[in-house]
Amino acid sequence: MGDINSSLWVALLAAAVLNGVPLLFGTVGEILSEKAGNLNLGVEGMMYTGGAMGLGAAFYYEGFAGAGANGIVAVLLALLFAFLGGAFGALIYSFLTVTLRANQNVTGLALTIFGTGLGQFIGEYMRRTSGGYVAIGNDLKAVFANSPFPAALQQLPVVGPVIFRHSIFLYIGLAIAITMAWFFRRTKAGLYLRAVGESPATADAAGINVTRYKYLATVIGGGISAIGGMVYIMTIAGCVWNHEGLSGEGWLAVALVIFCLWRPLNAIWGSVLFGGLMILYNYLSLPMVPTQIYRILPYVVTVIVLIITSLRNNREKQPPASLGNAYFREER
Amino acid sequence: MTALETVHAIELRHITKRFGQVVANDSVDLTLDRGQILSLLGENGSGKTTLMNMLSGIYRPDEGEILVEGKPVVIRSPKDAYDHGIGMIHQHFKLVDMFTAAENIALGLRGRGHDRRAVAAQVKAISDRYGFGIDPDKKVYDMSVSEKQTVEIVKVLYRGADILILDEPTAVLTPQETDRLFDILRAMKADGKAIVIITHKLHEVMAISDQVAVLRKGKYIGTVNTADTDPQALTEMMVGRAVSLNIDRPEAKYRDLRLEVKGLNCKNAEGVATLSDVGFQAFGGEILGIAGIAGSGQKELLEAIAGLQKAESGHVFYYPPHPKSDIAGNHVPVDKAGEELLGKTPAQIQKVGVALAFVPEDRLGMGLVGGMGMVDNMMLKTYKENPGPLVDRKPPRALAERLIEELEIVTPGVTAPVRRLSGGNVQKVLVGREIASQPTVLMTAYPVRGLDINSSYTIYRLLNEQKMKGVAVLLVGEDLDVLLELCDRILVLCGGRVSGVVDARTATKEEVGLLMTRVDQGEEGTVHA
Repeated sequence: MGDINSSLWVALLAAAVLNGVPLLFGTVGEILSEKAGNLNLGVEGMMYTGGAMGLGAAFYYEGFAGAGANGIVAVLLALLFAFLGGAFGALIYSFLTVTLRANQNVTGLALTIFGTGLGQFIGEYMRRTSGGYVAIGNDLKAVFANSPFPAALQQLPVVGPVIFRHSIFLYIGLAIAITMAWFFRRTKAGLYLRAVGESPATADAAGINVTRYKYLATVIGGGISAIGGMVYIMTIAGCVWNHEGLSGEGWLAVALVIFCLWRPLNAIWGSVLFGGLMILYNYLSLPMVPTQIYRILPYVVTVIVLIITSLRNNREKQPPASLGNAYFREER
Repeated sequence: MTALETVHAIELRHITKRFGQVVANDSVDLTLDRGQILSLLGENGSGKTTLMNMLSGIYRPDEGEILVEGKPVVIRSPKDAYDHGIGMIHQHFKLVDMFTAAENIALGLRGRGHDRRAVAAQVKAISDRYGFGIDPDKKVYDMSVSEKQTVEIVKVLYRGADILILDEPTAVLTPQETDRLFDILRAMKADGKAIVIITHKLHEVMAISDQVAVLRKGKYIGTVNTADTDPQALTEMMVGRAVSLNIDRPEAKYRDLRLEVKGLNCKNAEGVATLSDVGFQAFGGEILGIAGIAGSGQKELLEAIAGLQKAESGHVFYYPPHPKSDIAGNHVPVDKAGEELLGKTPAQIQKVGVALAFVPEDRLGMGLVGGMGMVDNMMLKTYKENPGPLVDRKPPRALAERLIEELEIVTPGVTAPVRRLSGGNVQKVLVGREIASQPTVLMTAYPVRGLDINSSYTIYRLLNEQKMKGVAVLLVGEDLDVLLELCDRILVLCGGRVSGVVDARTATKEEVGLLMTRVDQGEEGTVHA
């Protein structure tokens, strides 16, 4: 059975899914925020903070519980603290942009700088205080990285490695994306949230609490994005603090939000595509083409998609109409 | 029922609202009863919209009391307003473009489920009751202005409002649409609803309302029964002095051909024709009105002549002014009489003397930069006259000061951002600047959009002055009554075609209204004049 599963294409596809998972979290979190009209460019920073805090939660839990550490508790703690890390960053962002009506772009960029620094600080602090190396034990590592599915499913041709041989986080991410799509389309709160992002004055006049929706969407979205940073460190980077590990994931997520036209379901295949483009250089090397060229592919694809969607000028494929604008009821 | 027995639907007592130093409402009292339509009348900046925004929860009063059904209430938000049965239809529609009519209507309702079919059924029930026709599944961005307004009204009714406030509802409607709206308002009145309508148009006040309340500069002047008053008396209450309601239509000394448009065709970005085979002549010493339903090609026509929009085919010929007229020699003469303007850049066309003052719906969008002061805005038009990279601020400052003086523009100073001025003053700045460039052709669209009587008459006077000097004035307007009084001839556009040119001295409103809706006659309309 190994034949097809060890072929180049299946390996590439499986690696694309693996690398897409952090992007999936980053993207759906940012979609939630942008649907409420908040363009949070701090994704990179929130993912950094989330990554460091998630790793720290698992690391200190293991140190505290010793040999009796429970894998599921460690995963839940990592999820929780990563979420809190991102939510904290997004809360600062919301306070500045929603309550104080600061410029969203500037605030988001500042959050990226702040969040990256905070993540570095937490990571380096852990490294210094624990003898120059932060890593969790192999048993716990396996809980983070291994698939929750039985071996039989993982051995299936093609779908085994591509779909079933992944960490629990892929399935959590899928659940979040699908739930979010359903939330936007089918629930009243989803309708209100979209109204806030499209036209806050209308939502306000309809008696919807614009501030609350903006805060909640941005804070929860920031938390979800940050989980992506934790997933990156705990699965792809091997549960080790590496101060340059995450670079660029957050920005790719911002690009991916545009690429998938603010739709959570598109984010699923979009993140696999971008994940694949990111590691394409490992699998396909053309002579004379440096690997850096491959690394810009996701951005090139985003630019092309932007050009195509702007050319077609389809009203259904536009960003939320008031994305990036602060709302002030008494503005004349 | 006497007044003593009735509890007023709404009673405002001593309402005061300040914005910084400006007092927008100064101790205003007002009452509103069920089964009644009240017109709220006042000039721009008299505080009508501000007052109503306090009822609908957008603003909160600094002082005073609001009573609903005789009980004092505090309205903190639009939701509170709805809880008291107050719904407002804003001048700028509060609709989400990306949503369907039903989604917009269902927005913000707690308790009731987000069940499309239930919403659609209720929408239909309301529509049948008052005679609306709306498609619940149509997206708002696909709707005409009138349809959007209908959705707004249904939305307010759906939420159970029985006190309705309409802020200048007819500003964007054709005469036929206005009539239909008024029928609906009368049906709602008969149904026992209390209605406030904010408007500038006196004939509408007379036609629709039972009572008229007048505000002047934030102060409440009084309420009169519509049956006991007339437009002249209302204007005096509003302005505080007698004002002549007649618009002059003087005869100019010279009337000579200035622009000749032939077979003009334009397409928009999507490739849809916006102008088809448009042809007409405009004369110096004449005001040519351009009428049509919103979006019939008025904007495209002016922009094509100004060089802002590329024409597919056709000609725009320019003829210099009569050598004896006041404006002869104001501008670089063209090479020969009948020079083609199409294909020239906007700057070249401006040099010939063609000026465009377009007042868009948001008043600022085109022509003025909201964040800049008057001086800087004046300079936008004249910066090219300075050789070298530096600018000289003295002449534009002098011009700004002259405009403030001549047009009675109310502004904190020449450097205050024009965005902060009230609508009327912004428009005076815009039109004033174009006139200051001493044009030979003055094209202006909606120059009195949303303006009160006093400011409107200032603008009419300015246009007439230009006409008397020999300028060819092209005026796109929305108020047919005004076009018929002010213009010499009226060109009617319908769906990007010329559906007729009429003599404004003899034409009737109905005649023009019919031409406005005459779809695809194929043949050009008859040319009187």
